[in-house]
This record gives sequence, C-alpha cells and structure tokens, in this order.
Amino acid sequence: MAGIIAYGAYVPYNRLDRGTISQALGVPAGKGTRAVASYDEDTTSMAVEAACAAMATAPEGVTPASVYFSTAEPAYLDKTNATAIHAALGLGHEALAVDMGGAVRSGAGALRAGLDSREPTLVALADIRTGLPGSGDEANGGDGAAAFLCSSEPGQVIAEYLGSASTSAEFLDRWRLPGERASHVWEERFGEYVYVPLAQQAMQKGMQLAGVTIEHVDHLVATGVHARAVRAVIAGSGVRPEVVANDFSAEVGNAGTAHFGLMLADVLDRAQPNQLIAVLVVADGATVMFFRTTEAIAKYRAKSTVQEQVASGRAGLSYNAFLSWREMLRREPPRRPDPERTAAPPSFRSEAWKFGFTGSRCTECGARHLPPQRVCVHCHATDKMKMERLTDIPATIATFTIDRLAYSPSPPLVAAVVDFDGGGRFPCEMTDVDPSTVAIGQRVEMTFRRMYSSETIHNYFWKARPVRSSK
Amino acid sequence: MGSRGICDRVAIVGMGCTPFGEHWDRSVDDMLVDSANAAAQSAGISLDQLDAFWLGTMGSGVSGLTLSRPLKIDYKPVSRNENMCATGSESFRNACYAVASGAYDMAMAIGVEKLKDSGYSGLVMAPPPNDGTPASVTAPAQFSMLAPAYSNKYGVAPEKLKEVMTRIAWKNHKNGALNPRAQFKKEVPMEVIANSPLVAGPLGIFDCSGVSDGSAAAIIVRAEDAHKYTDKPVYVKALSFVAGPARGPMEQDYDYTTFEEVVASAKDAYQQAGITNPRNELAMAEVHDCFTPTELVLMEDLGFSERGQGWQDVLSGKFDLNGELPVNPDGGLKSFGHPIGASGLRMLFEAWLQLRGEAGKRQIENGKKLALTHNLGGAPGECVSFISIVGTEPAA
Repeated sequence: MAGIIAYGAYVPYNRLDRGTISQALGVPAGKGTRAVASYDEDTTSMAVEAACAAMATAPEGVTPASVYFSTAEPAYLDKTNATAIHAALGLGHEALAVDMGGAVRSGAGALRAGLDSREPTLVALADIRTGLPGSGDEANGGDGAAAFLCSSEPGQVIAEYLGSASTSAEFLDRWRLPGERASHVWEERFGEYVYVPLAQQAMQKGMQLAGVTIEHVDHLVATGVHARAVRAVIAGSGVRPEVVANDFSAEVGNAGTAHFGLMLADVLDRAQPNQLIAVLVVADGATVMFFRTTEAIAKYRAKSTVQEQVASGRAGLSYNAFLSWREMLRREPPRRPDPERTAAPPSFRSEAWKFGFTGSRCTECGARHLPPQRVCVHCHATDKMKMERLTDIPATIATFTIDRLAYSPSPPLVAAVVDFDGGGRFPCEMTDVDPSTVAIGQRVEMTFRRMYSSETIHNYFWKARPVRSSK
Repeated sequence: MGSRGICDRVAIVGMGCTPFGEHWDRSVDDMLVDSANAAAQSAGISLDQLDAFWLGTMGSGVSGLTLSRPLKIDYKPVSRNENMCATGSESFRNACYAVASGAYDMAMAIGVEKLKDSGYSGLVMAPPPNDGTPASVTAPAQFSMLAPAYSNKYGVAPEKLKEVMTRIAWKNHKNGALNPRAQFKKEVPMEVIANSPLVAGPLGIFDCSGVSDGSAAAIIVRAEDAHKYTDKPVYVKALSFVAGPARGPMEQDYDYTTFEEVVASAKDAYQQAGITNPRNELAMAEVHDCFTPTELVLMEDLGFSERGQGWQDVLSGKFDLNGELPVNPDGGLKSFGHPIGASGLRMLFEAWLQLRGEAGKRQIENGKKLALTHNLGGAPGECVSFISIVGTEPAA
C-alpha cells in the first residue's frame, strides 16, 4: 500500500492586504489578504520549512531515498535546488535530490512521481507568485510550500494512494519567458473553453482507475492556474458542495506549484480515517489523484496545521515593502559595502553547519558548540566531538540589538544572542519579528532563510524567529 | 612559566601625534611622516638614529614597506602589526620587548589609519572568503548588546542606562573640547546626545566613537639611557595583552556585562606594575570607549568600580576630568576619534603629556604618577585586550 506517511505545510508570516494595492494604484484588487514570502525567503527556503515539518512528524527511521523539489520560481537554474533542501534536512549524501520545475503543473507531476516511487520519497513544493503591480496575479497569487513524504511501508501510510489520471494539451493560456518577473495570460474565456473538458476527462478516467465515484468523495482539493475553469469544473462535477476544500484565496492566495499541496495538507489536518480525497490540478491539462485516509491518520499530528499558520500570520505589510521585497521597487541602500559573496569551498566544507545547522557536542564534558569546533571551549579536549543537529531545538534570547547601520535587504537588521535548550549559544539574525517587541528571555525557534544574495550567489543559513509553531 | 613583564626596563623618550579627524587633504604617507617626525623631534633625535620600527595599521597598508617607503628608511627592520582595534598598542608592546631584549638600542612604535577614504559609514572590514554564516552585524550593534544585558542584570532601567551612556559621551566631548588634536573639539549638550539618531540598539550617533584619520608614534629606549634624551622620561611599568577563546558567543554563562579578556589583562598588568588599588593609585586612565556602554563596563572590568556600581560612579562624576580618577581626559575614542592603528599610541600620548605636565588646559593635578591605557579589539565575548601602565618614576 503506497501513500503519504507524513506531510508539512508552510505559509509565510507576512500578509499583504489587497486593499493596499487598491489604495496605492487606484485599481480594484479585491478583498482579503495574500501570503507574502519575506525578503529573506525564496522557494528553496520555504520548501525547507515545509520539508522539515514533514520530517519532524515522519515515523522514526524513515529516510527519503529521493527528494523531489518542484517550483515555477527556482532560485537557481542549471544547478539543482533540491540539494540545498536535502542538505538542510541533514540527510547526508546518499540520496537523489532533483528539481522538477519550471511550470506550475510540475508540482502535481512531482507528487505523482513520489507516490509511484518504490522507495521513500520526499516531495517538496514551493512557489512565490507575483505579477506586475496592479495585475491579477499580484493580488490573487500567494506564496507558500508543502511537502509530502511518500512510502509504501505498511502501517505508516496515513493516506493511501488509489490512483491518478491526467490529460495534457498544448495551448497558450499562461506563459513566462526565463528571467521574466511576471507571467502573461491569454483571454480568460479561451482558457476556460480548453480547460473544462480536459479536467472533466481526467476526472472520469481517474475515478475509473481508482474504482471510486464522485458522490463518495469526502474532500475535493481543486485548484489550478485558471480560477474560472476550476470553478466551472467543480460546479459541473456533481460533488457535494460541503466537500469542496478551502482554497484559502481569502487569506493566502494561489500559491501556484505548491497550492494543491497546501490545500491537501489542510484536508489531511482535518480528515477522519477512511475518507476519500480527490485532488484536481488544472494546469496545461489536468491531473487527478485519489487518496483514502487510513486509521493511522487518527493519531497523526502535523507540526503546525495550515489553519494555524494562516491564523498566525502578520497583517499590515506595506505595499512598498512588498514591492521592494519582490525587487519591483529599488530603494536606496545604506552607506555600507554590499555583503561579500559566499565562497564555494568554505560552504562545501561547512555543509552540515550552514545548511543543516549541525553543531558539535564535547563527549568529554558535554559542552555544545555552534558552529562545530574541534577544541572544546569548556574543557579544551581536542577532537572529542559528536555532531548534533539543532534545527528543531528552541532557544531563549540572552541579549539583542537592532542594527540600523548594517546592510540588510530590509533594514533594520535585528540580531540576538540565543541560548539553546540543552546547551549551546549562537548569535544570529532574527526574522519575522517586530523590532520593538524583542526582549531578553523571549523564546525563539530556528528557520531556514536566504540571508542575501551577492554576485549571483544566494547565501542560505538559519535565523531565529519568535516561536510560531503551536506545538 | 609566567608573565613577568618588563617593569622599568624601557622608557618612552619621545612621542608624536597628528590631529585626528577627516583629513581629506592628507594621505597615509603624510600622516606617518608627520607623526614620526614629531616623535623624533620630541626625543631630540633624527629618524636615522632609530634601529627598528613597529608599524600598526589594520587596513591602511600591508608590510613594513608601508612605513619604510614614505620615511625612506634605509635597510632596517620594520614590522607591520595588526590586532584589530588594539593594533597601535600591539606595535608599542613589540617595540618595547625588542628594546628590553637588548636587540636594539632605540625603536619606534607607530600607528596609522585612514578610515575616511572608504566612503562608507562606520568601520568597514573585509572578511576572508567564508561560508556566509557569521552574523553580519556592525561594531556598534555588537557593543550595543551590552546595554540590555547590563540593564537586565543590575535592574537599571533602560532610560536610566541611556542617561549613563549620555553622561559618558558628554564627559568625553567636554574633555575633547580642551584638546587641540581632537576630532570633535566641542562640548555637546546632553539633550543633543540623548536625542541623536539611533545607530544600533539604544546607541545614538553620539554614543559611537569618531571615525577618523590619524597617526601617533613613540620612541622607546632602555630605561638607563632615557635621560640622554629627556629629563622627563615615561617608564613602562606593565604591558599586558590577552586574546580570549571567544567563548562569549558560544557559552551560555557569559552574560554580556563584562569583557573577560579585560579582567585577565588587568590582573596581569596590575601584578606587573605592583598595583593593588588602581582607583587610588592611578593619576588617570585612557580606556577603549569605542561606544559608551563599553566605557561603562570597562570601569568595572578595570577595577575602578564595583560590579554593578559603574553606572552610579559615572553619574556621580567620579571619572570626570576633575573627578577622583579621570578617564579619557583627552576626549577618548569618542571625541578624539578612532583611527584604528593609531588609537593605542594616542592613548599613550595623553599619558605622556599628562605625566609630564604638558596637557595644557586639561592638565590633571592629583599628584599621582601612574597612568593606564586600555585598548580593546573585537566584540563583547570575543576580544583581545591590551593594558599598559606607565609612570614617571623608576623603581627605587
């Protein structure tokens, strides 16, 4: 029995009120908010957040043999981004880490490939969606990530994979050239004309393959790149209205490649055992996947539910901050040198530290070191260290500062010295934090971020943020 | 084994110091020529008589050629030293040891820094190629972390601590106003200091030392030769330099209200000089007031104040020019300016002037004959610390 054995979702902290777009540009932009990846996030870092959440709830001893990463907004081209996710999970070098990206549809393809794999496979999906100022994509897009650990280990599966079907067609509804900041779309009614039959055809085929019928669907996750077509397909599907899953368009927006993953994670957060879940992704054709929850889901607890993350976001992001974070607005930098580019050989040597936040603990006296050291700071023993990963260890602020002089893509830079539960200390940057609320004694947790980019090199590392997860 | 020191084995017989400030019209070479010649003139010698040179600069040049080229030194040893903000003191220390060892009869320690040519605000250091994981906070931000930690530990309200910081900046500006070589030769009202734009944490722009250009130099000979050059030599009583294991950012028991390296170097220096009560025995101290909370913490680390009491001593004026123990009578890094490689020697220059009674309007008259300089490089929890003690009287 193959299926999903663990999952994680990530909704970034910041929300842009669509009304701020209307106010700034004088165009209608709708109601509600959209989720916004912070200035220090990209699709790779958000995928790490979701993947870490999935692995934190994975059955003990399960190590993915493959990591598939899908996004339409890759941080690097020509170089695999999944390797950074794999390194951040601290999985060593014994795996296939591969990107499946470029188009929104790739996300559905990645999950299908993961479900079809004979070995445990982690599928990570992430996207940052934006458009030119004033566009529908800007207002209705959203940023987020989701990750699913697929395996066929009996007893571990929480959602059994029943089958999948797809249709594909070549036509221009939405497209973007490499390097472009925003996508182009054809006339909306044309896309609806092409998509609706393709989606219906995939649904029919999928139900036959899975041996299910529409009236037995308990949760319908339906999304895609064409909202109007998706609505039409739902309306004509014969599904009971109450089983249509929340698409979070009012709070998060459409997170592209990752969106069906966020919706599926939310369904799994709430699903009871023995429920039928249909997932429909409408993009360049359509893909449907069917799942049936098992008894194991009754005991499964996500690290943080989608609803909790949606509820714990911070509203009030200004439109100019949003524009500058997305590099649509270039602002005057501080009178300080740009950061040095991160060097490849030292980053290679410190992979476990830089990506996996792995320190060392002295086996003689127990002192913990961040970054890992060879000589113990406490008892001076040499080379008596064992490595320890601290990504999931909470910490407490010992002292802090608000640095208004330092270079930061979004000044001021907030830094804190944080003391980890169980030992060890590290001075680091803080993120997703209101500078006026930082205090000695505040509890923080680590989050994987893109610190800055310099000379085409992204500098990934961990920052502290006020504890956000509920558990 | 032990740190024995070279108490009274060498003496300073000449010093020079350029004005510190924004010297748009003067190069590194100009400043080196100026301070070297001023020091030689003060000792009544020509530069040709010197046997060896120690040049301190953090980033205004590399190798001894940075000095030998502008001074046209003919085939003599010139070392270039670097130890962050304690660079100038480090060149002085090495020159003293060279003379004490008997290797040379007369050595020069000289420091220089040109910071204002970078075009950036504050101090800029280019790190070696790295993995991008060290937190990229600025120097004021690193030192500003002392403030909330001190407030928290001793129950001093942040507003009260800001008053203490302001008092320190105000005092150093008041002293600097009496110093013709200082970068900022004027008093600054407390309300201007307190309301200056924030740089990092509670630090306003007036809580930070002056970014400046400058150079200072000293000429060192064996103590027994000192009177050949001057009637008022200044003897080296103690030289202590320590580098810490940088445990502050790594171990939870470091609390960001002290510099452990300073405590260690102070203990060593007091032992070398035979000082048991620094607050009573010293005529004055020049300390590393890179940022105002640094000076506060140093008062406790150097043993001038009891732990947790430094803030009260500051407010009561104990360290004012006419106080019990004047601290930074020349204006300190705050008002005199902080051209990195020159600062340690600038501190000694003030000790030299004060002990010889040549400090003009800011002359301290308390009858004491010992002065301390303290120079620090790095950040709280991970620094190097230098302390010298100099005096006018050799041991009997």
